[in-house]
Amino acid sequence: MSAGTEGPLRLAVPRGALFGETLDVLDGAGVDTSELRGDSRSLIFETAGMTLVTMRPSDVPTYVEAGAADVGITGKDVLLEQSDRPVYELLDLGFGRCRMVLAGRKGSDRLGEGTIRIATKYPRIAERHFESTGRQVELIEVKGSVELAPLVGLGDGIVDLVATGRTLEENELEVREEIVECTARFVANRVAHKLRAAEIDELTAKLREASGR
Amino acid sequence: MIHPIPPGTRDVLPEEMRELRALEAALIEVFEAKGYGEVATPTLEYDEVLTRGGGRSDHAAYRFFDESGELLALRSEMTVPIARLVATRYAQADPPHRVCYIAGAYRAVSPQRGEMREFLQAGVELIGAAADEGTVEVIAVLEAALDAAGLGSAVIGLGDADLYRDLLGEYGLDGATREGALERLAAHDLVGLEAELEEAGVGADQIVTCLALSQLRGGVEALEQARGYGVEAAARAADRLDDVNRALGSRTGGHRVQFDFGLMRDLSYYNGAILEVYDPAVGHALGGGGRYDGLMKRFGLDLSAAGFALYLERVHTAQIEERRRGKDGR
Repeated sequence: MSAGTEGPLRLAVPRGALFGETLDVLDGAGVDTSELRGDSRSLIFETAGMTLVTMRPSDVPTYVEAGAADVGITGKDVLLEQSDRPVYELLDLGFGRCRMVLAGRKGSDRLGEGTIRIATKYPRIAERHFESTGRQVELIEVKGSVELAPLVGLGDGIVDLVATGRTLEENELEVREEIVECTARFVANRVAHKLRAAEIDELTAKLREASGR
Repeated sequence: MIHPIPPGTRDVLPEEMRELRALEAALIEVFEAKGYGEVATPTLEYDEVLTRGGGRSDHAAYRFFDESGELLALRSEMTVPIARLVATRYAQADPPHRVCYIAGAYRAVSPQRGEMREFLQAGVELIGAAADEGTVEVIAVLEAALDAAGLGSAVIGLGDADLYRDLLGEYGLDGATREGALERLAAHDLVGLEAELEEAGVGADQIVTCLALSQLRGGVEALEQARGYGVEAAARAADRLDDVNRALGSRTGGHRVQFDFGLMRDLSYYNGAILEVYDPAVGHALGGGGRYDGLMKRFGLDLSAAGFALYLERVHTAQIEERRRGKDGR
């Protein structure tokens, strides 16, 4: 639970789709990420002046909110889905750009009549979207490949994150509505942001420059 | 047999209970020494009373009907019950009124988040003292309380509740646009704030100023920096904070105060100086407070007021952690 004003700053690094570009932008900001690029199975890496903690992107808000990491990088999709976790969103890093969309089966117009059933890994984002557009839907939360759901009759459509659109294409699905565009964000624990102001401000400035924002 | 208790509640066993009681006693000793008498108010109040405070009290999570059909609620904090108490019991007495409390409060929790449904708050309320002297007195009591709890590393963030309402007004924003931007500021969502201000047609330079202000925190040099932005709202806030700073005077071992132009509290009854308490041992704020000059009026007594509340369990966690670090020689 402790952030600590002493000791190195702890940065939560997302593994998965954002991993490579996160390391690139950290390199650009002068953080040594060479150890993370190896095939080490460690989760924690010590570099000069900073501890890098690697984790699933969806765990980043949890660690940062609790102060187990002082700062972190994760996708806006994760922050929107976990908007009840109060972390400070300091910077749009610009990479990892993708769209949260509502998609349905090609050539089927079932979406939109009566009660729609939507499968998604992002139930809160989906709920807010349908609520704000005045539609009633039944949301079905799934954990894995959400494209599967409409193909086998679990729901009429999906709400999911789309980067290139190839997965949708391969599964005979098409985008019906765009909900929000998501990129990687730099976030901070609110206590660390106050107590380690100079370090966090400096890192923010370097990341801003490295990400070309 | 295992008999469960609701998530977000807990049993306290003797060892921890002794520590909590010792901490409570140390805090009450400080409060009483500063002239704050301890009070207790009912855990249950009429919902109408708690709602009158606005802000978080509006969101009392637990409401039910009594045997005659009256709507009751569990208090979610102590400031509103104490405003009611003072307005009712001390209406004819000469202010200022100084009271302190250690009491349980109740809030709804999100599942599996480690949040507490029932928690203890320790705090003071100073009602009817003039603005700056009142703020300064409350800060002094808070500093003494943190000393007594042994929190050598705790810091008090001091900000201004009126800053952004003023600033956005100066930028020509009002109504829903301003509220939207204020929400972003309160959540500290700088990316969203920038987008919101752009959409509202605020100039690029003004956006940069607003973002920079929200990140401005530090010693007296921060006050100078705030004045340097050339916006009136920031200069006024810096002047108000400077007044408090001057009135604080010097203190043995220095003050714990850090000026913070990015500080926002989510309780709607605050105005003027606001504060939050941080300790490196805990990832969440230990407590907060500030001025709430409008609150007493809602209870029919037009008096200025200021106070703070500490989350006792978090203070206890910080106390243990600071002791451990002290032993490790760090």
